[in-house]
Amino acid sequence: MTARNKELANLVFAALVGSAAFASASIATTGVVTTRWLAYVAVVFGLYVAAHVVARRTVPFADPTLLPLAGLLTAVGLTVIYRLGPEDARRQTVWVALGLAVFVAALVWLRWDYRVLERYKYLFGISAVVLLLLPSVPGLGYRVNGVKLWVKVGGLQFQPGELAKIFLIVFLAGYLRDKRESLARGRLKDLGPLLAIWGAAMLVLVQTSDLGSALLNFGIFLAMVYAATGRVLYVGAGLGLFVAGSAALYNALDRVQQRVTVWLHPWTDERVYCAINGKLEYRQNCDSYQLVKSLYSIANGGYGGTGLGKGTFETVDGTPLIPYLNTDFVYSAIAQELGLVGAAAVLLLFMVFVARSFRISLIAQDGFSKLLAAGLAFGFALQTFIIVGGVLRVVPLTGITLPFVSYGGSSILSNFVMLALLLLVSNRAVATANRT
Amino acid sequence: MNGQIKRVASVALGLLVALVVATTYWQTWARPALAERQDNEIQRVAQFEIRRGVIVTPSRVVARNRARRVKGKTFYFRRYPQGKLAAHVVGYSTAARSRTGLERSLNDYLTGSVRSLSSLVDQSLDKLNGRPIVGDSLRLTLDLNGQQTALEALGDNCGAVVALDPRTGRLRVMASSPSYDPNQVENDFSKIEQIRANCLPASPLLNRASQGLYPPGSTFKVVTASAALESSAFEPASTFYDPGYCTVYGKRVNNFDTSRPFGNVTLATALQYSVNSVFCNIGLKLGARRILKQAKAFGFYDRPPLETPESERRASGLYKLEGRELRLYDPKRDPDVDAGRMAFGQERLLVTPLQMAMVAGTIGNGGILMRPYVVERIVTPNGKTRRKTKPERIRRAVSPVTARDVGDMMVRAVQAGTGTAAQIAGLRIGGKTGTAETGVAGRNVTWFIAFAGREGERPELAIAVVLQNQSLTGGATAAPIARQVMQALLQTTANP
Repeated sequence: MTARNKELANLVFAALVGSAAFASASIATTGVVTTRWLAYVAVVFGLYVAAHVVARRTVPFADPTLLPLAGLLTAVGLTVIYRLGPEDARRQTVWVALGLAVFVAALVWLRWDYRVLERYKYLFGISAVVLLLLPSVPGLGYRVNGVKLWVKVGGLQFQPGELAKIFLIVFLAGYLRDKRESLARGRLKDLGPLLAIWGAAMLVLVQTSDLGSALLNFGIFLAMVYAATGRVLYVGAGLGLFVAGSAALYNALDRVQQRVTVWLHPWTDERVYCAINGKLEYRQNCDSYQLVKSLYSIANGGYGGTGLGKGTFETVDGTPLIPYLNTDFVYSAIAQELGLVGAAAVLLLFMVFVARSFRISLIAQDGFSKLLAAGLAFGFALQTFIIVGGVLRVVPLTGITLPFVSYGGSSILSNFVMLALLLLVSNRAVATANRT
Repeated sequence: MNGQIKRVASVALGLLVALVVATTYWQTWARPALAERQDNEIQRVAQFEIRRGVIVTPSRVVARNRARRVKGKTFYFRRYPQGKLAAHVVGYSTAARSRTGLERSLNDYLTGSVRSLSSLVDQSLDKLNGRPIVGDSLRLTLDLNGQQTALEALGDNCGAVVALDPRTGRLRVMASSPSYDPNQVENDFSKIEQIRANCLPASPLLNRASQGLYPPGSTFKVVTASAALESSAFEPASTFYDPGYCTVYGKRVNNFDTSRPFGNVTLATALQYSVNSVFCNIGLKLGARRILKQAKAFGFYDRPPLETPESERRASGLYKLEGRELRLYDPKRDPDVDAGRMAFGQERLLVTPLQMAMVAGTIGNGGILMRPYVVERIVTPNGKTRRKTKPERIRRAVSPVTARDVGDMMVRAVQAGTGTAAQIAGLRIGGKTGTAETGVAGRNVTWFIAFAGREGERPELAIAVVLQNQSLTGGATAAPIARQVMQALLQTTANP
């Protein structure tokens, strides 16, 4: 079977799983058996098949699992979003459609050789920093949940950080391929740009007070530096600098400080000062409210979960229990309704996606492609770790999205760009391998 | 470069494996502890997805459910069709204020959490079929006619009525005034807060029948008389001289009415007319600990057993104010307590109406104290009996002879003594009045305790009535209420 036929078979399988999930969520929430949910499955499946047809033409040799995995993850996301609010699911479907359109456009545009991107590496690098700083430009950026992540132009709002991450990876892949030999030898003057990046990360952190995005981008940077040079020293020094920098800024950054306190001590036995209402409250009713409610939600799932559509996300009078449930906290909804079995299965999907992406990096021939795929793969894994780990109290909670699953346009669009790049690299790697 | 990439990949996959581990931790290890937490609303919501068992009395439904759909989920909210009639025993189950009464203490049964193997299978099937969990229902022993009569008779007074069957311990009436409508707890709580009665605060939520602590006044003489006869130092015909007062530690303790000293009286006459000085002297002779030992045999110093929550029942006995809290106090030595005053119900004695009904019942039942119960039967959703309450003997509190003798004295008190207002034609009623003076006019706590039955048969009813803030005596205020309730209850038994 050719790679693309495997992909089609995988897509059909993903559609079956998605249908079952969607049907059960729909029946459980409405209480009646309808076929309305079929429309969703048909539309989304249709979109993926269309993308698959384009992939047949543009990247015939690419990995056959990534597109179906993305399909399965969007199906999980859409099901949960639909279950939490059918209105949002409709909007999310539009975003998935736009995402697949961007995916198709990227495949068509870069089908000959995506390595043209390397030529514009500095442009990407500068754009990444600009995009990251955009939300802190007065008049443009605005705060959600105390963190400046959003940009609003007219009626349109987006999170530039999502795209910045990909630009950064492209830049680093290009830059590190050039400099890896001299860096590996440890020439100090080549460290300049790296220190500049560290400085930029700190600047972004101060400007947006968003620990999550800083951690994500800096983590990607360190992983790529290591992949390029093989020097643990750089990683150690980088981590040290990041921790030292954060620690130095710690006192100046209320937001970060609060997140760390919440992470370490979400529950208090005594009332402490609550900055939200200026009164004395138990921390679980104040700063750590979201985290604690999310943990209750996850715990309620147990081994088997409550079943799709059967979880508890509202009080008896219909007030939501967890804010930002379908974006930051989508994992706690999944964990409650699908239980340990389902949540572990979803994490397994992420693992397979990550493993396949690294495999692409391993078989790719040139340094740029290798670093690009490795960067994207690591970024995908680290982003998942930061948000899910935050929800699970493994790391301090920061508001970033769960790739392909969370509700939100910017995230979906950039995830599909990433997917397109991975398929392009994979296609080229396999094609060259076949030729030789 | 592949070596490095492999290592980076391992790190990336390691991070994701850590997430699986963390998820496992929260969903298995930490789960029970989180479910227990007070601020865990998910658990609170889950309670409303269960169709709680209904609560019925022999004649009517006192608690049922009303289903309401909220955003695709069916929640079951409690309704109490009888309003305030059985509010204190049944209690309430709400989202805003949690639970009280049997709704609280038997919550596990009502929510179907107490399972046998077969019901576990049923429940799992129901869950798979998307049907709600249905709890066990309760059948109570309460007589709602009696409850209604009691509440109407209590009127605006703060007080309580407890009536039980002394032969079995079946609780027939447990009424506390003022009462409240449990249907208002969820959304109209301010209406409950506005309830007024002849005491401040009116505390309508308090179950005065088992939570209210009152000085027993002369009703305690039943306990003292029992201790006296059990000690063999006295008999009903023992004579005393009543000068109208008794001297304790050189101080005079007056009778209720000092203007009319009785002169030479027997113990039987002293109980009939409630002569303080006689009991005072008995107390001084017996000593506090002997009387308290008898009181304990009647159930004092233990929370009276009943299915309602522990926090809604209090033990009777001597109380001491420690800081701002009343604490039960058991003296180690006789001189710690003024036995003379205690013998006729003063000192620091505080008792509940439930306890006093148990005392009257024990005398009526030949000296045997039966365990009071209000839940006759717990029934599973498919109609099988999960638990049936069998009458249970707690202990023999006094000998049959003492019970007979004290009972006869109490009968005389109703026939021609302080309790004549409780007479009902054709019934043999033995009673004891009580009037505990607080020193402020119009602030007396008045009592009437009694047993009642048909001539020549074992008494089938024991009753205790207490009223706060009265200006008259127990014989004038509480005895007529006892009479009305006894009449209502014994009529129901006569024509079921």
